[in-house]
Amino acid sequence: MNFPKDLRYTKDHEWIRLDGDVATIGITDFAQRELGDIVYVEIETAGKTLEAESVFGTVEAVKTVSDLFLPVAGTITELNPALAATPEVVNSDPYGEGWMIKMKVKNVADIHELMDADAYAAVAGE
Amino acid sequence: MKTTPFTRKHQQLGAKMAEFAGYLMPISYSGINDEHTAVRKNAGVFDVSHMGEFIFKGENALDLIQRVTTNDASKLTSGRAQYSCLPNDDGGIVDDLLVYCIEENNVYMLVVNASNIEKDWNWISKFNDKNVEMHNISAKTCLLAVQGPDATKIIQPLTEMDVLNMPYYTFGKGTVAGVKNVLVSATGYTGAGGVEIYFEDKDEAPDVIWNAIFEAGKSYGIKPIGLGARDTLRLEMGYCLYGNDIDDTTSPMEAGLGWVTKFSKTFPSSAIFEKQKKEGVKRKLVGFEMIEKGIPRHDYPINDAGGKAIGKVTSGTQLPGINKAIGMGYVETAHAGIDTEIFIGIRDKQIRARVVKLPFQ
Repeated sequence: MNFPKDLRYTKDHEWIRLDGDVATIGITDFAQRELGDIVYVEIETAGKTLEAESVFGTVEAVKTVSDLFLPVAGTITELNPALAATPEVVNSDPYGEGWMIKMKVKNVADIHELMDADAYAAVAGE
Repeated sequence: MKTTPFTRKHQQLGAKMAEFAGYLMPISYSGINDEHTAVRKNAGVFDVSHMGEFIFKGENALDLIQRVTTNDASKLTSGRAQYSCLPNDDGGIVDDLLVYCIEENNVYMLVVNASNIEKDWNWISKFNDKNVEMHNISAKTCLLAVQGPDATKIIQPLTEMDVLNMPYYTFGKGTVAGVKNVLVSATGYTGAGGVEIYFEDKDEAPDVIWNAIFEAGKSYGIKPIGLGARDTLRLEMGYCLYGNDIDDTTSPMEAGLGWVTKFSKTFPSSAIFEKQKKEGVKRKLVGFEMIEKGIPRHDYPINDAGGKAIGKVTSGTQLPGINKAIGMGYVETAHAGIDTEIFIGIRDKQIRARVVKLPFQ
């Protein structure tokens, strides 16, 4: 499985890419495989300021539904508009076209507390 | 966890595996959407060896079956099968099952859900006061379902039985891929046509038959199919899944299974069901499709336009192939009419849906 080195990860199987104080967030290759065919991503928290671990949305696969947890505190600034029509890009390109939200991070230091690729690979059972 | 003779094959093929009814079973291989489509358009193979098989033998075998099931098994002649229910004493369903008439008035096979093998066996045994010979052959019986429009074309070259022209709900016994004493029936849980193949887990039989099917099916694009697509396929047809849509507390009359409930004989709860038939039921199992975006799931509440609870979702999914979310659930009879607008409680919202005819589409 693919866990890019330049990303941070959570135990909830999300990845975080930091650019200044803006973080892009999606679910990992492991998560998309476990869920199977993703058919609906519901995120209605744009503009909201939420604490770390808050539920910011839901991802629905054919057979299962799973909550999305915010990795760190901050304000959600943008949703991936492509997911409404083509949620399957989360399966085909989880770290690229399948990104879910962008957020303004409250404390950038929080990001560095998250797992790196090697630590996450152990969590994902690699 | 129990395994089937095909568990290692599933793992070698890279299937996503999970526990189901105590067995390690394949949930999906290439993905539920892809597998669902393969069965609708071509053919797919399901390992359903976890299911239970009982053989009942003797002059009182039919009498026992008649006293425990809802359908009329006396209508069966050798080589025919029927869908039926095992009712309990409280107006509910112990299990749903297939009854195969192997030899009229003498030998029958009951095929039951994996999760209910022990429960069914104990329940039926209580009624066996006339020494019917009962054999639980579940552990040593393999079952492969080959389903889809190309399924019989794939199986035909492997056997002398006339699989291509086998009428629905009939079966034959013969040789498949050189393995003797194989039962092939024109049945299935997908609505896509095809056969179910029962044989004993003996010597190389599981390997030989599995490999022969995939070799014969190669040019048709045959695929292995997991339990995930099995569920979406049966749901698309509106078939009940025991434990979801029917259980110990649901009546066949509520579940739309009146067609397999025959009052020409008596069985547990037959008086209750006959009264329900005459007077109507308070709730009914209906199919519905979502009008607004959202996917219904087991146990989600169903409400009316005023927000009053009128039932619960028993099964739901996004249908592979088309962009439509569907489900089944029990609703108060007043809301069971086709085109009635209902609302599914998904997380904190009420999402519009409407009652539709089964099967879906």
